[in-house]
Amino acid sequence: MAMNYNAKDEVDGGPPGAPGGTTKTRRPDNTAFKQQRLPAWQPFLTAGTVLPTFFIIGLIFIPIGIGIFVTSNNIREIEGNVFMYYGLSNFYQNHRRYVKSRDDSQLNGDRSALLNPSKECEPYRRNEDKPIAPCGAIANSMFNDTLELFLVANESDPTLTLIPLKRKGIAWWTDKNVKFRNPPGTESLKERFKDTTNPVNWLKPVYELDPEDEDNNGFINEDFIVWMRTAALPTFRKLYRLIERKNDLHPTLPAGRYYLNITYNYPVHSFDGRKRMILSTVSWMGGKNPFLGIAYITIGSISFLLGVVLLVINHKYRNSNNTADITI
Amino acid sequence: ETIITLNKAKIKIWVLTGDKQETAINIAYSCNVFEDEMDGVFMIEGKDSETILQELRGKMKPESLLESDPVNIYLKKKPKRTFTMPEELPRGDYGLVINGYSLAFALEGNLELELLRTASLCKGVICCRMTPFQKAQVVELVKSMIKAAHIGVGISGQEGMQAMLNSDFAFSQFCYLQRLLLVHGRWSYNRMCKFLSYFFYKNFVFTLVHFWYAFFNGFSAQAVYDTWFITCYNLIYTSLPVLGLSLFEQDVNETWSLHFPELYIPGQHNLYFNKKEFVKCLIHGIYSSFVLFFVPMGTIYNSERSDGKDISDIQTFCLIVQTSLIWMVTVQIALKTTYWTMISHFFIWGSLGFYFCILFFLYSDGLCLMFPSIFQFLGKALSQIWLSLILSVILCVIPAFGYQFLQPLVFDRINHCKTRPPQVRVRTKLKHPSLRRSAYAFSHKQGFGALITSGKTTKTKPNKKNSFPVKKKESSDISTRIVAFQEKSISGVPSTIPLKF
Repeated sequence: MAMNYNAKDEVDGGPPGAPGGTTKTRRPDNTAFKQQRLPAWQPFLTAGTVLPTFFIIGLIFIPIGIGIFVTSNNIREIEGNVFMYYGLSNFYQNHRRYVKSRDDSQLNGDRSALLNPSKECEPYRRNEDKPIAPCGAIANSMFNDTLELFLVANESDPTLTLIPLKRKGIAWWTDKNVKFRNPPGTESLKERFKDTTNPVNWLKPVYELDPEDEDNNGFINEDFIVWMRTAALPTFRKLYRLIERKNDLHPTLPAGRYYLNITYNYPVHSFDGRKRMILSTVSWMGGKNPFLGIAYITIGSISFLLGVVLLVINHKYRNSNNTADITI
Repeated sequence: ETIITLNKAKIKIWVLTGDKQETAINIAYSCNVFEDEMDGVFMIEGKDSETILQELRGKMKPESLLESDPVNIYLKKKPKRTFTMPEELPRGDYGLVINGYSLAFALEGNLELELLRTASLCKGVICCRMTPFQKAQVVELVKSMIKAAHIGVGISGQEGMQAMLNSDFAFSQFCYLQRLLLVHGRWSYNRMCKFLSYFFYKNFVFTLVHFWYAFFNGFSAQAVYDTWFITCYNLIYTSLPVLGLSLFEQDVNETWSLHFPELYIPGQHNLYFNKKEFVKCLIHGIYSSFVLFFVPMGTIYNSERSDGKDISDIQTFCLIVQTSLIWMVTVQIALKTTYWTMISHFFIWGSLGFYFCILFFLYSDGLCLMFPSIFQFLGKALSQIWLSLILSVILCVIPAFGYQFLQPLVFDRINHCKTRPPQVRVRTKLKHPSLRRSAYAFSHKQGFGALITSGKTTKTKPNKKNSFPVKKKESSDISTRIVAFQEKSISGVPSTIPLKF
């Protein structure tokens, strides 16, 4: 048995007849906090609150769902910006060892990390006795197919018009301007990456990813940045190019036959992967994704049905309870 | 009055005393440990094991002499492990009286079980003429066999501080026991159960999401949350609301608790947290984790932001799942809390707000705070994130909400007490007007004892009316009774000798 006193100990009055002095009492204070009488709100779930809640949820969700679904399905006209994506299936960019295999300080331009990449990048850390830049399995497996889109003018005239594909503006602003930086210096990019070597599976080194544009070369190459943002699911798509809306009234991609030219560098058969190309427009809600719309409609209807069921149950049991015995 | 209330809460009272039998019985009646309405009071007065065995068995349960009785089976087999007394419900209210001499036999070997079984069926048990050692033995017996949770409560009094120093709780008057048990004990049980089931639920949801994700990440144990979130989840984001729940929660306020001692019964029967409740908690956790994973997954599957850029990356996915999780467990604890003080509001909504603050801080790229970047990131994906969040929270909450609504309606009716005013207690008819009880608190072993206990000398009682409010019976107030007895042998004229104590 414990020898400790509980806070609820009370000694009423103490020893009687203490001469003159105050009697010490261990009575706890009679404050609202200590006596657990704090003013409080005590909600009680009655039929009056629960049933309307179910009906309201139903009535709100169903229109929202319909709205979302209609918006999602309306993405049809090729006006406005068109986005070209490449998609991969059965590619586990979310595997734990894969996700860890990168060096963010190297990618942020830190010189010491450039020459001495972190251990997480093993085994893609050093090659031929030189540090790999950028290191890690994520960088090593970068998607390097080239896709080109041509418009066939008409049936009789087989000339192909190249659709201009914009390669900048595809990565997140924060990634491009904060997270990824080239190593500092005034010399050329090749000089700055002097003592490093390119990843094992790359055909060209990192400073040749886009020789024409200094702002898109090296670590801040947007294709590279998009690839480094690992996908959460094994089937994913990544933004590849942007087809900008024309200023005149012509549609961005007029109706007609198109020709997609693929420079095939990226093998996926070994792990039973699939590649695909997606062209899409977007709305205020993003691309075509009927999931949210359907889900809202479903949940709204279920909620409504549940409301009805509970109403029936409530009615039945309340009637029987009214005649029940009160004393327990 | 305390004992009447405790009896209503189905708490059995055992009195272990060194006093003589008649004294003990009279005091039992006066304190309402025994009542006149009880169906029977059994006295165990045998002088040897056999008689005691017969008395114990025959009186309460004639069928305990059969072979098929579980206690008999146990006694025959003599297994090594301890025997847990099966819960048996008596068919009425009974009382048991046993004195120290018989107890000496009854505490040996096989008779222990018989004694315990018989005594457990009684509403009140008086053990009189006990030595201190026997008192300890009986307490041990009850503790080990019935496996009741035990606390020691000491009442500080004139006899000294001994009881107080050795007990878990100590106070100065017996009537405080009522408050201790019915108010604080009950609240404590309630809080503990809510805390446990919520805590398990919270962690089941948190962890089982990884089970679902495993199917999609090559079973590589990739976490669905940020590492910092995992660290802070139990420690910072969800600790204060739970603390608030377990400190301040009251299902009924103290006045009602004292008024309805029957509300104490769920605690005795382990109704609020047992294996069934745990399984319910587990199932709810599995369902919530399922929703929590698949709704965000469906949202980001093959979808983009409104400027075309990806939102199907791990970071965004983690963010959606985390935020949904925090909202979900917050709503769940908001549903569980039935007593909302200012502090509860502060803890619950404060933790949520704190999460969002930390979120903004961490997602501002930590190192260099560039405000346009945050809002740009969150803003572009905002609509999808919020839609997904609301959907997953509502989907998780609907079953819990519906169940909480159905439960009082269909499953238990104690809540009816809350909505109705206290009923006037109806006194049941007296079953055995206590003619056998004497008015004497002190007894004589020989001499006039038999005369007194035969009941011929008691005063006749006034007729009872049925609509009596809760009050002590007049007949039990011995201390003011005036005794009249007849002395046949001395003279034919009855003389009264008033006795006052």
